[in-house]
Amino acid sequence: MSKVQKPDKGSLKGNDQRRAAKNKIFQALVILFAFIATTPILLILFELIRKGMKQVNFDFFTKVAPDSWEAMTAISQGKVIPGGILNGITGTFIMVIVASIIAIPIGILIGIYLYEHGEQRYAGILRDISDILQGAPSIVLGIIAYIWVVKYITHGYSALAGSASLAIMMLPLIIRSTEETFKMIPVSIIEAGLALGVPYHKIILRVLIPTGLSGLTTGILLALSRVIGETAPLMLTALGSPSVSFNLDKPVNAVPLLIWQFYNDPNMVNLIWSSSLFLVALVLALNLIAKQIAAKQK
Amino acid sequence: MNSEKITKNILFAATIILILLAAGMVLTLVSGSVPVFKRFGFQFIYSSKWNPTAGREQYGALPFIVGTIVTSVLAIIICLPLAFSTSLFIGEYYKGTLIAKIIGTMVDLLAGIPSIVYGLWGFYYLRPLIVTLGFNAQGFGIFTSSIILAIMIIPYASSMSTEIISLVPNHLKEAAYSLGATRMEVIFNVTVPAARSGIVASYILALGRALGETMAVTMLIGNSNLIPKGIFSLGNTMASIIANQFGEAEGLKLSALIAIGLLLFVITGLINAIGKLIIKKFA
Repeated sequence: MSKVQKPDKGSLKGNDQRRAAKNKIFQALVILFAFIATTPILLILFELIRKGMKQVNFDFFTKVAPDSWEAMTAISQGKVIPGGILNGITGTFIMVIVASIIAIPIGILIGIYLYEHGEQRYAGILRDISDILQGAPSIVLGIIAYIWVVKYITHGYSALAGSASLAIMMLPLIIRSTEETFKMIPVSIIEAGLALGVPYHKIILRVLIPTGLSGLTTGILLALSRVIGETAPLMLTALGSPSVSFNLDKPVNAVPLLIWQFYNDPNMVNLIWSSSLFLVALVLALNLIAKQIAAKQK
Repeated sequence: MNSEKITKNILFAATIILILLAAGMVLTLVSGSVPVFKRFGFQFIYSSKWNPTAGREQYGALPFIVGTIVTSVLAIIICLPLAFSTSLFIGEYYKGTLIAKIIGTMVDLLAGIPSIVYGLWGFYYLRPLIVTLGFNAQGFGIFTSSIILAIMIIPYASSMSTEIISLVPNHLKEAAYSLGATRMEVIFNVTVPAARSGIVASYILALGRALGETMAVTMLIGNSNLIPKGIFSLGNTMASIIANQFGEAEGLKLSALIAIGLLLFVITGLINAIGKLIIKKFA
């Protein structure tokens, strides 16, 4: 560049063409790879719907999972496998509810604390801890819940242990979304309340939470959609159960656990697709509702 | 005590719960892994023998540490062109268009698919493909797991880099265009350098995700407790050995699995911390 040289016209033209061609090729590659990146989701959804719809019927939602023998007889007679995933649905439901009861209030309180104490050192440490928890592999949270709850509280696999592992997963997500939501609320609204002499707990309950309600809901729904599909921690904690159980100190099943059991039993393999379809539909629906609420707020 | 103080105290008490939770987790993992470290010392980390037979018990985590790192790094390498292209597609080439929105939504949907469903899809569709291509007789192994992991982490790697790429100021790019640079030259000489730290951080955070992934890998890696010889051989990761063997584990074996959990927790924690540090430093 520094040397001024009269360029040979032909080679300059060739160089330009080469650069233009490279540019075109690169753009084509970007488009190609971007489309490749989106094919897996289409393939997965397509397969789930194609193979899963066959087993979805009324019984699928109202009956418990069949045992291996029932499934085998049905297959040998060429029938649809009887039974459903009711024990999984109820188990998932109860564990997610209990996890929410534990994680949501604590998470919101910590989120409010972080919002209040913005740049302070202690708040920074809390944020780092919350980030570490969010990055912790779910199986490690399963080990923790196993040692704390299965070993010392319920003395055996239990729904409570499953809830504990899910609650630890939810907590950092709720903390983060609460803080982010409250940061978006104009300070003037809060100051107006303070100027009127409203005590702080009333500001939280009457101003912060109502104003940020849609943001909080979005965060909670996204956290739920994250934990609902979790299998690994539940294998170490809730174990699974063939019947519908609402006992917190007894093992329960969950939809992802059922999928794992069906996968490991050659007779039940046909049920994996319908259960997966149900699980994916549930997760994506939660996601969609959350995004809809978030979009409405904007 | 007035209500003001009570509110403050309740908020503070909630933060104490978080501290106790984190401290309790670390303590529990450490105390759970004491027996195995007492017995084998640091050999536990670099020994590759895993033998749970009573009386001749020997536990070494090396095959699983190697398996975890190899699968995750390979996953990042496979994911890189896919996620980077997606980011450029959404954040640069077709920024703000409908097609970019559609691609963005579809990539986001990937994050919502549960790990076990990825495992099923990998088992029934990817594995036969690997067999047909002749990489491996049964289709299990490091390579198969890495492909599934790569797909799983695309949304994590691409969403943040997309945002950062789309935030690169236009005047920088226009300056390069005015000098006659092609779009590709602008991307590599202006956009990527300007967004470098954010892009690196997003891939590091995606790596953190890949390291801890359990179900999909457990279903595809083949579960062999040996150090993998190549990318097509069978293996096991730290998460998958825990998922496979925790149920029937007792005594020393349980302690060994908890110790692997501790190592995994520390490794993912470090990787995430590095990612966060990069973001903080350059943001």
